[in-house]
Amino acid sequence: MKDLEHKHPLAIRWFHWINFPLLAVMAWSGLLIYWANPIYRIGFGNRTLLKMTVAQKTYEKANLAFRLAEGLSLHFFFMWLFAINGILYVIYTIVSGEWRYLLPDRHSWREAIQVTLHDLHLRKEPPPQAKYNAAQRISYTAIIVMGLGSLLTGLAIYKPVQFGWLTFLFGGYPMARFFHFWITVGYVFFFVVHVGQVIKTGWNNFRAMIIGREVRTYD
Amino acid sequence: MTDEPEVPAEEIVIAGEDELKKAIEEHDAKVDREVRRLSRRGFIVAGAATVAAYGAWKWLRLAKREGDVPCPLRRGLETNEKISEAIFSTRRLSREFPPSAITNARINGGVGLQANYDPDHWRLSIEGIAGHPPASLSLADIQSFPRRDMTTELRCIEGWSIIVHWTGVRLADVMAKFPPPPRTPFVAMESPGRGYYVGLDMVSCMHPQTLLAYELNGAPLTWQHGAPLRLAIPVKYGVKNIKRVGTIRYTDIRPADFWAEQGYDWYLGL
Repeated sequence: MKDLEHKHPLAIRWFHWINFPLLAVMAWSGLLIYWANPIYRIGFGNRTLLKMTVAQKTYEKANLAFRLAEGLSLHFFFMWLFAINGILYVIYTIVSGEWRYLLPDRHSWREAIQVTLHDLHLRKEPPPQAKYNAAQRISYTAIIVMGLGSLLTGLAIYKPVQFGWLTFLFGGYPMARFFHFWITVGYVFFFVVHVGQVIKTGWNNFRAMIIGREVRTYD
Repeated sequence: MTDEPEVPAEEIVIAGEDELKKAIEEHDAKVDREVRRLSRRGFIVAGAATVAAYGAWKWLRLAKREGDVPCPLRRGLETNEKISEAIFSTRRLSREFPPSAITNARINGGVGLQANYDPDHWRLSIEGIAGHPPASLSLADIQSFPRRDMTTELRCIEGWSIIVHWTGVRLADVMAKFPPPPRTPFVAMESPGRGYYVGLDMVSCMHPQTLLAYELNGAPLTWQHGAPLRLAIPVKYGVKNIKRVGTIRYTDIRPADFWAEQGYDWYLGL
């Protein structure tokens, strides 16, 4: 027997789908800016762990080169929409009580390991699945913390005199840029895993992000 | 997960097994119809929203260009400028660093340095002084103003930054002696022969950390750094720190700016 259950409120669906193109434009225009000074290396002293050095030719092939001015004008336009959408989403989850499904609780850390092991086919029994499982709670909360990080590091870069204290807290102007960049790499990582999980979970789940309701089948 | 199912289960009246099966089938068919209805509606809205977003993007990209940037984005930059001017303090100081923090003074951008430069005959011309003809100053005239030192960060619009020590005089001090008419909103600065030119708002020019600098890191400016005199203005991106200033002009008209004509923001306030 089937039933139709409410899953995602209309507001959350809009926030989610509006955020997607906005984040894409922010990340892409960010790359146009990044091209002018691509220096963000992760390492200790002389040991480099991870570097994002891309050859000039690659930039040119990807049509990302010599577009700094364009990148800045887009970034400083869409930043408003991106930030406002994110802030409204957070306000909505607080006011509506949706935060209860989204914030990790004290069980989440242990359960998230079970989810990961299950997804990697290392563990048979499915983990407890409420509206969101523990791994989802942690990642959907982490993405909001990252959003806050983008906003604050962004302010520290955009107005380093006016928000000099913030720039200082992030360890100076180059460090604020460093964090701003690597948070975005984190979004890309989130995106890849997120889309993979959505594909794996199937149509019923994906459709729920559009129509808000999910079909449940009972025996 | 908290809501009631949309198709109530009470409709299923348990009678014989066949009737039960039939009732369940009917119920499931009802659910399927409801899903199809919702999906149709949902995907039509989603499709329309996608088309609208794509249309808005195309409109934005193809809009008439103004200063080498689509005009909606130019309006965006100007709106950001108004917001900055409305909410931020114009007196806030840029952080000063200890001498140990000084980094190599990177050489970047030689626009305006090549043309019409004869160091022996260089003079600074100040135009638009209230009720007076233009003034012409030698480097010695400039150096007669109180000497100021500061170690601040120079942030390039490309993304890199350096910490440098500037020595010079406050532009505000010079402007006090050669004042603009009251409420003049803008200042234009040009290198000799107008090879490079920037537009600045009056408020940023009056900032106590805005210097006409003649030394960089304790040595007289080299020609690549804009000898004999350049602007050091830490509340703006590097491109506004014009090298080899030849002319300062007070004006009511928003002055042209070399990089703003190439698609960059005109204001560039930090």
